[in-house]
Amino acid sequence: MEKKKEENMMGVKVQKSGADQIFDFFLYAVSAVIVIIMLYPMYFIVIASFSNPADVSAGNVILFPRGITFKGYRKLLEYSQLWVGYKNTILYAAVGTVISLVVNVPAAYALSRKDLCARKALTVFYLIPMFFTGGLIPTYLIVKDFGLLDTFWVMVLPFSVITYYIIVARTFFNNSIPGDLWEAAQIDGCGNLGFFFQIVLPLSKAVLAVIALWTAVGQWNSYFNALIYLRSAELQPLQLVLRNILISNQTIGSMATGAAAVEAKQMADLIKYAIIVVSSAPIMCMYPFVQKYFNQGVMLGSLKG
Amino acid sequence: MSGKTKTAIRPGQVSLGKRLKKSGTLYLLLAPSFIIMLLFTYLPMYGVVIAFKDFTPAQGIMGSAWAGFKYFRQYFNSYQFWTTIRNTLVISLYSIVVTFPLPIILALMCNQMMAKRFRKFFQVSTYLPHFISTVVMCGMIILFLSPSQGIIARLLGFLGIQMPNLMGQASAFSSIYVWTEAWQHVGWDSILYIAALSAVDPSLYEAATMDGANKWQKLVHIDIPMLLPTATVMFILRTGSVMSVGFEKVYLLQNTLNSSASEIISTYVYKMGLVSSQYSLSAAIGFFNNIINLFLLLSVNYISKKMSDTSLL
Repeated sequence: MEKKKEENMMGVKVQKSGADQIFDFFLYAVSAVIVIIMLYPMYFIVIASFSNPADVSAGNVILFPRGITFKGYRKLLEYSQLWVGYKNTILYAAVGTVISLVVNVPAAYALSRKDLCARKALTVFYLIPMFFTGGLIPTYLIVKDFGLLDTFWVMVLPFSVITYYIIVARTFFNNSIPGDLWEAAQIDGCGNLGFFFQIVLPLSKAVLAVIALWTAVGQWNSYFNALIYLRSAELQPLQLVLRNILISNQTIGSMATGAAAVEAKQMADLIKYAIIVVSSAPIMCMYPFVQKYFNQGVMLGSLKG
Repeated sequence: MSGKTKTAIRPGQVSLGKRLKKSGTLYLLLAPSFIIMLLFTYLPMYGVVIAFKDFTPAQGIMGSAWAGFKYFRQYFNSYQFWTTIRNTLVISLYSIVVTFPLPIILALMCNQMMAKRFRKFFQVSTYLPHFISTVVMCGMIILFLSPSQGIIARLLGFLGIQMPNLMGQASAFSSIYVWTEAWQHVGWDSILYIAALSAVDPSLYEAATMDGANKWQKLVHIDIPMLLPTATVMFILRTGSVMSVGFEKVYLLQNTLNSSASEIISTYVYKMGLVSSQYSLSAAIGFFNNIINLFLLLSVNYISKKMSDTSLL
């Protein structure tokens, strides 16, 4: 359809050549295979999460769910540590996003201003950590010295400055806040702060959304900082709880005791499938709505500011 | 003296004091990030000195006695030295070979799709795995590869093939890591290239069509050259980080059976430092790795600047 339209617009009738037909055939055939490879593993997890675990392990669940059961999900409801993790992650994501916006965006704006004194040196200050860091142990010791070990704040504050976010936001300000605007505002008696809060921020919703999303998704998915800096169970984020169940095979509740070993293993797998669905669904469902912001972010990041 | 004459000959320029005063409120905007970075990024850089000291928590970073290169020597002489370097390099180079060209190929395919609906569907389904968290991803890998109950073992079973326990084989580790990495991120990584292709002037294609070029010829002579600058920058970034394989995924996929292939520098740093509390040794290994990374990045950047005028810095 599209192809035809294009040719008509050009006013020339070009017959699809034989070579192009072969090309298209292979293009769509390979693409279809790729789509299946991409989607099937996720589809399988979903159908396995509410199929009879014996059928799943026997290989009877391939295309459709079988012996529909919600046992796995019901077990999850009883597993309080998972919900504690969920709550913690939501808190970390919310607070972390606010902090990320508060520290990164104003810095990016200041660095985008050509009349900032010592702008070059300050930019270098923010760039160096992209190339050199103290490393795990020195950072750990410093965090420990500040008494932040095993606290809520270690998850949201010490690593909130991200040079990459600053570069992205700075590029945005350079490209979309015209210099004349600042000149005009100055004549009207507007100061730097007033200009930033009343004029720049309302014009920058797109970049604010990009950084907020990146931070929130980053918080949702990360487990490294929690692994290093947290000890108490009540502070654990979702991903650490997931690690205990999915990787370290920590068993849930009483199901390992009475039942036969095989059945216990099947049940454990069923819970794993269910937990994967429960923990990934929010991000996946959110994704189609925010996709354009993610794409914008990737583009902004690739521009040289 | 020379500074003064400079300001004198440029009447439009405002004095330093005035400029500082004008920027004053801008510094207020910089302050939060500046302080956080100073405390939690620059202070640890100073903390690197513990790599050259016999660090004990009681004496602190300042108080501990100097040890020179003792811990570097200890690492270089340990049997884990070549293992960790080799494993890091194997995983990293293997990753580049697979995950660098794939997004480019995907973008080229995407660009050739004239059916808009299918193209959209193709793009969305290839990005989707990017949003799976590392922990869940590793959980999926372990579930799928289980030799007794995993779906892959079952599917192979129908064909009469016995599936080995891949997670328990050291030789399979790098392949598992790299191909699952490709599966998860290929779509996402192609966004940049798709954008670069969408910037190609349509009249180029029209002219090529007039000249009788078929799709394949257009792809080779228009699309690929158009992607080269973007691809060069991405390649520099990748080679610059060849010695820094991410900790998260390797650590999760590691087990006692495959550790001879999966112990990389970052997991070793973690184990030495936080599991067995050998702070100075661990800091020394981390520092050594950091220096190599820096050196690689700067040299690759330098070479590409010489060769193609495309560079990062």
